[in-house]
Amino acid sequence: MFQQDLQNADCIVIMGSNMAECHPVGFRWVMKARERGATIIHIDPRYTRTSANANLHVGIRSGSDIAFLGGLINYIIKNDRWFHEYVLNYTNAATIVSADYKDTEDLDGLFSGFDEAGRKYDNTTWAYEGSPNEPPKTDPTLKNPRCVFRILERHFARYTPEMVSRVCGCTPAEFEKVAKALCDNSGRDRTSAICYAVGWTQHTVGVQMIRCAAIVQALLGNMGRPGGGILALRGHASIQGSTDVPTLYHLLPGYLPAPSAANPKHDTLDGWVDATMPKTGWWANGRAYMISLLKMWYGDAATADNQWAYDYLPKAVGDHSHIPMFKAMVDGVVKGFMCIGQNPAAGGQNAIYNRMAMANLDWLVMRDLFRIETAEFWKAPDVPDPSVIKTEVFFLPSTSVTESEGSFTNTQRLLQWHDKSAEPQEDCRSDLWFSHHLYKRLRKMYEGSTDPRDAAFLAMTWYTNEEPGPLKEPNAIDVLREINGWHAPDRTPLKTFVDIKADGSTPCGVWIYTGVYPAEGVNKAQARVSDAYTSLGWGWAWPANRRTLYNRASADPQGKPWSPRKAYVWWDEKQKKWVGYDIPDYPATKAPYSKGVWSKGGMDALDGTIAYIMQRDGKASLFTPTGIVDGPLPAHYEPWESGVKNPLYQIQRSPVAKVWDMVGNKYIDVGDPNYPIIITTYRLTEHHLSGPMSRWNPWLTELQPEMFIEISPELAAEKHIENTGWCTVYTPRAAIECKALVTRRMKPFTINGQRMHQAGAPFHWSWNGVVSGGNANDLICLVADPNVTIHEGKAFMCQIVAGRQREEILPKLPDRTVPVPRVGRREARAAQAAIDDAIASYLPLDHPEGVYHG
Amino acid sequence: MAKGFYTDTTVCIGCKACQVACHQWNELPAADGGRTELSGDSYDNTQTLSAVNWRHVKFIEQITEDRASDGFLQGSRWLMMSDVCKHCVRAGCLEVCPTGAIIRTEFDTVFIQQDVCNGCRACISACPFGVVDIGHDGKAHKCTLCYDRLQQGREPACAQACPTESIRFGEVTDLMQLAEQRVAQLKAENVDAYVYGKEEILGGLNSFYLLVDKPEVYGLPSKPELPSHNVDTAFELSGVAAAAVAVTGLVAFRKGRMDEMARAEGND
Repeated sequence: MFQQDLQNADCIVIMGSNMAECHPVGFRWVMKARERGATIIHIDPRYTRTSANANLHVGIRSGSDIAFLGGLINYIIKNDRWFHEYVLNYTNAATIVSADYKDTEDLDGLFSGFDEAGRKYDNTTWAYEGSPNEPPKTDPTLKNPRCVFRILERHFARYTPEMVSRVCGCTPAEFEKVAKALCDNSGRDRTSAICYAVGWTQHTVGVQMIRCAAIVQALLGNMGRPGGGILALRGHASIQGSTDVPTLYHLLPGYLPAPSAANPKHDTLDGWVDATMPKTGWWANGRAYMISLLKMWYGDAATADNQWAYDYLPKAVGDHSHIPMFKAMVDGVVKGFMCIGQNPAAGGQNAIYNRMAMANLDWLVMRDLFRIETAEFWKAPDVPDPSVIKTEVFFLPSTSVTESEGSFTNTQRLLQWHDKSAEPQEDCRSDLWFSHHLYKRLRKMYEGSTDPRDAAFLAMTWYTNEEPGPLKEPNAIDVLREINGWHAPDRTPLKTFVDIKADGSTPCGVWIYTGVYPAEGVNKAQARVSDAYTSLGWGWAWPANRRTLYNRASADPQGKPWSPRKAYVWWDEKQKKWVGYDIPDYPATKAPYSKGVWSKGGMDALDGTIAYIMQRDGKASLFTPTGIVDGPLPAHYEPWESGVKNPLYQIQRSPVAKVWDMVGNKYIDVGDPNYPIIITTYRLTEHHLSGPMSRWNPWLTELQPEMFIEISPELAAEKHIENTGWCTVYTPRAAIECKALVTRRMKPFTINGQRMHQAGAPFHWSWNGVVSGGNANDLICLVADPNVTIHEGKAFMCQIVAGRQREEILPKLPDRTVPVPRVGRREARAAQAAIDDAIASYLPLDHPEGVYHG
Repeated sequence: MAKGFYTDTTVCIGCKACQVACHQWNELPAADGGRTELSGDSYDNTQTLSAVNWRHVKFIEQITEDRASDGFLQGSRWLMMSDVCKHCVRAGCLEVCPTGAIIRTEFDTVFIQQDVCNGCRACISACPFGVVDIGHDGKAHKCTLCYDRLQQGREPACAQACPTESIRFGEVTDLMQLAEQRVAQLKAENVDAYVYGKEEILGGLNSFYLLVDKPEVYGLPSKPELPSHNVDTAFELSGVAAAAVAVTGLVAFRKGRMDEMARAEGND
């Protein structure tokens, strides 16, 4: 959903997000909803500026979200509050699952297919019954015990209000208040929204937290409807764009999975299509998108005879995300690092480990506005002797956003163009300038090479021209044109991705962005016509300028709005097409009464009553047979570091979490009495991330000048800590000093009968800048969600003591992380054979055999 | 027609965008180069209106011991309020200014002309809200209600930056209507809201507030008074000439001392 549509919600649940503080501009629409009488609920360990503006704040301890959300699912089913017609038609509730499937209910916390040695699941038994060559078998009466709905009912039956209370630390009454508000405000005539941010993603079970929300919203029939759905609040400017285009190792532009060396099927283009693209639903077009991408990248070198140069694409040999990449630096496998728009020395988790990794590099290219911590990691205060770090650091000053033009893609997939309003100063250059001129120089170096491994680089097309003037600034519109795609003969821009063909005639850089530049000289991202609602004339949202995805679900199976109050997109029988306030997220003329023929494939395989066009069966997945590696249904596992035994299952923590049991990353055992305090990290309105864009600005630093930890008066009393008094916070990784902010906005929780304290630490400070201070990211361990390898920064354990005791405590932490490798750099460098071993030992890529779509 | 602010504290999210926008537009420096200390007073680290802080967001934590949250602004609550010059209809600062530096503009706002102000500080003690302050330049400073922007038909920087429309700018009579509607709405939701700054307070505040607790909770006086209220008696007792001499003498003495202090501060 888009942020402005929040004002049409009848109830908004904000969870895993501190929206008022971290997305204050979008929060305007939450306030509009409240002024209209909507119920605003904030569920969070802390009472924040978001809670202050909600109708109800429910405190739960960090990392217990699945228990709470699972409780909602149980409540909805037990009390028959689910939207029957929506669920039966638009979700896979009726689909029959394989008889081989075993649930956590059968295996006490595990799903079938678990490989203990490999710490991973084989998802074969999670499949639907029958063959993929025919439509999934269903039982619309929902009587079959193996249908998804009955599995869901059994799976969540133990998530009672009392269990929610035991796990989360809220009262059953608080839980039921939330459940009732959500159910009362969902249905034909009312809709509810759920907003989340990195408070959900940064967990070992983060993806499953979001899955829970999807199940809740599908059962209540809120998805695809006005004022309803799930709003993923992205972490910073254009991070949505960088997953779309993307800057990720496991995806190509437009959510096409990157080829993997671990999957033999990916050896050929046909094999890749077969392995990653479903035959039914919209993704059946995936082959055309891939070929058009290859054609845009490799031009004449891509032909039907050479698989459109598919072999030129590099294949992932493992997990190359942030944490493994930094481990690879420590291992001596990665020797150079270009760091653009990031500050791992302060913003990385287990930040000292990140610095240790960079200390093992040959070179580091740093581009930023200021000499942030990463640019000067070698002279951090805790580096005893900077001369032992041999990394050669190149600092290239970058422009600020006002000194370059380009597009932002915001949290609601909306592209908005920004113009240049000032010339760059001195040597500052835009990121586009850097990439363009780097290419030109590399190209010169590769020129004339006949080495086969250089062929891909030399075959690469380059359509970007330079602007007149001494800067030789590349033309950003040229890049947009390439992203949009064109008809090969005369480069007429493509108007829509529907025109993309699998014959090489429509080169296209990012298929989901096709239409942003539909004609020469027309840049829709620059459009600035707003109206009272969907504002289709303001900017441009992918795909096809649709503002709410799956909006076919805003109409009933016959194509009529569920209610006049919640009309959004509907079938117009006179015009024989879908119409409404938004661009229909559906084939425009596919009638609701049209019948699908499975063997035809693509959208023709599916009936006109389905709404979820990107799914192979057209149904929202309450149960996910493929695509998620840690289970077809969410289950509550404790955070990797937790003070309590899992009250729900024998299995304590995610059995497939990504774990790095290595030097410089010591974990805390379950219930370790030395680390009894739950801690979470977060951001404040006044700062941005680890501070590169705020800690150098006195107007912002004076608003939040010093690092602090928020603790309750109860904890402060136990530890003899005073408000604004110094204290030391430590984990086995690190110890930091900071001031205490003692406030009743924090409170202790009773978890499974045990009283536990919860602390909260913002992560905006480090040693450089106008203001400096202790870094909460130093405290965090490296452990990650198995689907997306995101770290668990939102729930871990720590100890807090009064006073500045870092120097006294550090010697008591023998396994602490150190900023320079413990052994000499040369010794740490393995011989080439050892490096090959290291590469070979990397985890094979855990590519789910499904399709990513964001 | 009078222009002013209506600040609805019930939609303030404490983001301080108003403070930053004010600093940026008016080119006001951060205190101590931005290297201030954690106040420990909730999220309020700037603490007061001053010569360089013409907007100041206050944070008032009213969290019950049991941390109960029973509905909007009921049970535990965290009040936030963006404070600013009230641009009073009967402005104490303007009344006492001996040089005529403080004027009422064509927008009915209260404005200190920097080229006329001699830094006498009479306005400081005359303001019942503690708004005016002397800067390092020895002159009195406070919110101008973005006089320069108003002259160009633009709204003040803080109001434009406010993401939730907690700060609204416009004709005072229109704003008052909006405020009354909002009060009625909140009362229907059992929130005890009221408008602070109607006529009974100094003839009306052109920058007024919607509050949900006593004025003192927000650091505002319940019954602010004008300096003339006290001065009248003095006039009767001492006569016009004596009073004039006394005031002039006091002003000269104070100005000398204050200039000295300001210079000392400037050297820090």
